[in-house]
Formats: sequence, structure tokens, C-alpha cells
Amino acid sequence: MATENDFLLAIEGLTVSFDGFRAVDDLTLYIDPNEIRVIIGPNGAGKTTVLDLICGKTKATEGSIKFKGQELTAMREHEIVTAGVGRKFHTPSIYEDLTVFENLEISYPRGRTVFGAIMFRRDQVVIDRVNEIAEMIFLDGLLDLRAAFLSHGQKQWLEIGMLLIQDPELLMLDEPVAGMSVSERQKTADLLKKIIKGRSVIVIEHDMKFAEDIAHRVTVLHQGKVLSEGDMERVKNDPKVVEVYLGH
Amino acid sequence: MKAGFSLFNRSELLFLVILIGLIFIVLPFGLDIFRLNLVGKYLTYAFVALGLVLCWGSGGILSLGQGLFFGLGGYCMAMFLKLEASTPEATKIQSTPGIPDFMDWNQITELPWFWEPFHSLPFTLLAIIAVPTFFAFIIGLAMFTRRVGGVYFAIITQAFAAILTILIIGQQGYTGGVNGITDLRTLLGWDIRTDDAKYVLYFVNGGLLIACLLLAQFIRQCKLGRLLVAMRDQEDRVRFSGYNVANLKIFVFCLAAAISAIGGAMFTLQVGFMSPSFVGIVPSIEMVIYCAVGGRLSLFGAIYGTLLVNYAKTVFSEVLPEVWLFAMGALFIGVVMAFPNGIAGLYQTYLEPKVRRLLEGGGKEPDPVDTSSIAARPAE
Repeated sequence: MATENDFLLAIEGLTVSFDGFRAVDDLTLYIDPNEIRVIIGPNGAGKTTVLDLICGKTKATEGSIKFKGQELTAMREHEIVTAGVGRKFHTPSIYEDLTVFENLEISYPRGRTVFGAIMFRRDQVVIDRVNEIAEMIFLDGLLDLRAAFLSHGQKQWLEIGMLLIQDPELLMLDEPVAGMSVSERQKTADLLKKIIKGRSVIVIEHDMKFAEDIAHRVTVLHQGKVLSEGDMERVKNDPKVVEVYLGH
Repeated sequence: MKAGFSLFNRSELLFLVILIGLIFIVLPFGLDIFRLNLVGKYLTYAFVALGLVLCWGSGGILSLGQGLFFGLGGYCMAMFLKLEASTPEATKIQSTPGIPDFMDWNQITELPWFWEPFHSLPFTLLAIIAVPTFFAFIIGLAMFTRRVGGVYFAIITQAFAAILTILIIGQQGYTGGVNGITDLRTLLGWDIRTDDAKYVLYFVNGGLLIACLLLAQFIRQCKLGRLLVAMRDQEDRVRFSGYNVANLKIFVFCLAAAISAIGGAMFTLQVGFMSPSFVGIVPSIEMVIYCAVGGRLSLFGAIYGTLLVNYAKTVFSEVLPEVWLFAMGALFIGVVMAFPNGIAGLYQTYLEPKVRRLLEGGGKEPDPVDTSSIAARPAE
């Protein structure tokens, strides 16, 4: 039997209620090291809220979120990031007025205090790391381009790159392939498979094909609760899941 | 990709040379001392505009209460000068000689404790920076850690400016009331009212302004400057990249306050008095207009905007005083509607491509850290 400390992330009894509406209701979820977990569920199931709770954007009403034994619910957002949790937002959140290079440079985990940022110098270590990440996210020819001019898919990749450069142990992606073309989707799947080495990834996804492609395990959320959990085959054939997705 | 750090690119360096030439050569030789003193007064507002470029332009934090910091800096300077002017000999007709005249008029018989340290010039110089920065820190700490931003923050800063004005006017015996602190004469025995002194103060003011410009440019060009722009566009992304956004905001707000305060102190020295009419809501909003007209994304633009609006104000006030407020309102509406990046934005859209071609003689790509490309973005 695994103890709590064997999990990278242990969510227990997590509840959040907005004016009495329980968006996440007594949720329990464990993520292993090096696991890709895909969370699916109908609209309003509480998927994004779970990510918001883990990264501290929303404060939990009850329950605990332990990351490597540290209680995240008591920490502030930037401390959670420093502890090793990275979060990609649903819509691409990049700095449109800065170049691709500057976007990645800001995300590089050095000089994160006010005075650190004043003293920060763009040295060879930073440049090499930015180039390395840029190559991984297919943007190595576009470093000097202002991010506003990137295509939607490229913006998604840039944001993934901004997380990668932080080298988080837990990476959370909210619909990373939404609005992407088929070829971009394939490239993103390859990218995700490449970057999971040495880290865990939680992905929220609507695209079942994509989810099936990358997931180790799948969690189905419905009305803030876990409806079903396991590998894709099992989840797809679970009558409760079929009911929710196809029902009535 | 460049590893080095350059404070200015080539065209910005040219701007700097032009500005220095204007402030230190063209204006002093072209204007009589009365007009030059007026320009010196305008340039003290340019300090506030520089602070606003950092805080509002880069960081997206609109403060409508910068007069608070300008005023605090100015009052600190005025307190020192007033004490120096209030020697027992000069005030021997008062019932309590040796204290400022307005205190005597208000039946105060002893110098209040918070006036005592302003006998010392080093303390005063320190206080000019420290007092406004401290207030900015308290306001910033209270607002930014609670995530108060945008319009709400602007309104709260306005309230603070109003509060200070009311406090100054209400506590007449300690502050000089609505008249302010007047009749300032000497700085360490040096008469600041003579023409020679006015020339000297004008040049000191110009030098300090250029120094603040360099400091602001340094902040904009280092990673902190890019972080401010990032924070303006995607605050959450910055927060979830491991930065404490509140600290960044507090820092830039304090820096803007400190720069404004230097302007306030120079205002007192050059104009010879300080009053609540430079502290409250109206002057604070006017200062935002200077910055907006010049271009809130450009340090140079902010300085030219300040000079231009004040020049227009003087001309109008001399010829058609009743029209001025309408003209000012129209100007602000015009800027917001037609050219949101101000004069600097117009320059960058229409003139800069031509200048760049002239300067570099070829189609060179802009520098990667060139923030002017940010300002050049047309309003969407």
C-alpha cells in the first residue's frame, strides 16, 4: 500500500463552494511521479477549478492538497510556482508586447524578486536555455518576433515553453490543443510526450482522440466529483461515463 | 541575440542629445530669465510625468494622485527654507519670534515636533525622497497585496490626494493652510530669489531631470522593465511564473513617487513657495494629462508633453484665460480618442520610419530590446 509521500500530488477531501454552489465536491485525487493524467468531463464539471485550486488561484473551502508533502492550500501563488508547480491557462496567456525571447527569458527561474530582476543579466546560460526551449517548441526561428504576431497554435506552444523553462515537477495544462489544426495537434502530442520525462503532467482535454493518445490514466469529473478513473479503455466503457456524455 | 546591455539604442541616443541641447543650450540662451524660470517650473512637472511613464505606461498602474508625492517633496523643501527664513531677528515683531509667521498668526507658540528636524539640510534632502516613498509604500502595500487595481486604484489615489489637501488646509497653524508656505528666501544663506540663483536652479533642475530620465530608462531596459510590461498585459501569467506581483507594483509605485518628489522639491526652490493647489486632485489629473499628451509609453514624450501642455496653458491664460479649461479638456479627449500613445506615438508611427532610414541608411531590423516597437503598436 502506497503511503501519502509516494504520490507527487495528493488531493484529499477537496471542496470549494461559491455562494453555496459546490464547484468541486469532496474530491480525492492522487498523481504519481512521471504520470500523465488527463482530466475529462462535461462543461461545468469543475475541471478548470481543480487546476485553479492546485495553483492557488482559487482558495479551497475544505480539504488538503499536498505536493511532495507540502500543503499547497496554505501557500501563495508564487510560492506554489517556486515549489515546482507550473500552470498553463486555457486561453494562451503570453506577453504580446514582448518578443518570443523575452517571453521565455521572463519565465526563466532566476531573478524573481524586485532586486533580482534589476540585477538580472542576460548571460550565456540564459541564452542557451532559451534557445534549447525554443527549439523544443518549434519557435527557434522566431525569437525576435513580437509574440502578438504568432499564430494561435504558436502562442499555445510558447506558453508551454514558458512553463518548461521553469522546469516544474508538476505541469498542468488546460486544453493545450484547443483551436489547433490537425498537424499542430500532432506536433503538440509529440511535444508533450517528449517533455514528460522527469515530471508529472495533468492535462484537461475535450479532444478524446488526443486524450487517448497521451494519457496514462484518465479521471472523469462530473458535477465536482470523480465519476470514474482508470485507463482510457475502462473509462470509455464505464456505464456512468456513457450516461453523462451521451445520456438522456 | 545580444548578451550585452545597452541603455539607449541609436535613435534614443539622438533624442537624448536633442533634449540635453534643448534644456541646457537652446532654452537658456533663447529665453529671458522670467520665461526660463517658467520653463524650469514646467520641467518640475516633467519629473511626475517620468514617474507616470514607469508606473502607468510600463506597469499599467494609473495613479491619479501623483500630486500627493510632488506636494510632499515640495513641502519638505519648503519647511526647511521656511525655518531658515524665520530667524529670531527676521521675525522679532511676532509674539513668538523664531517660528514661521503663519504659526504665529495661528496662536502657536512653539515649533511643532515634526518641524524640528527640518532645521537640518541633510535630513531635509533625505526626507524629500523618504517621506513620499514611505507613503507610496504604505498605499501600495495596502492596495496591491489586496489586488486592488485599475480604476479602483486610480480613485483611491485620488482620494489620498484630496485627503492631504484637506489636511493641509485644515491644519493651517502647522502647514500654512490654503496659502501654503510662502516667503522663502535663502538656502544655506544663498538667496534663491535673484536672477543668478534662478539660472543655477534651472540648471540643477535640468541635471536632475536628465538623471531621473537615465534611471527610468535603466529600469525600463532591465528585466524589471520587461516584467512591468508583462504584468500590464498578463498579470496572472506573471504571478504564475513565480513572481510576487504585489512587490513589483509597490516598487514601481514607490519609484514613481520618489521621482515626483524630487520635482516637487525643485518646484519649491524655483517658484519660491509651495501650496495645496499643487497637491490635490486637479493638479494630479493635469499631470496625468501631460504624460498622456506626450505619450505614456515614452520617457522623452512625457517631457515634451509636459512642456507643450504647460506652454499652451501659459499662452491661453495670457490671451484667453476663460478658454483654457475647455481647451485642456478637448486636448485630453482628443488624445484618448485619436492618438492614445500621444505625441510619441504619432512620431513613432509617421516620422520614425523616415528618420530610421536616414540614420541607418538601410532596412535594419529593430533591436530586440527596443521598447519603441511596443509603443508603435497602433491602438486596437
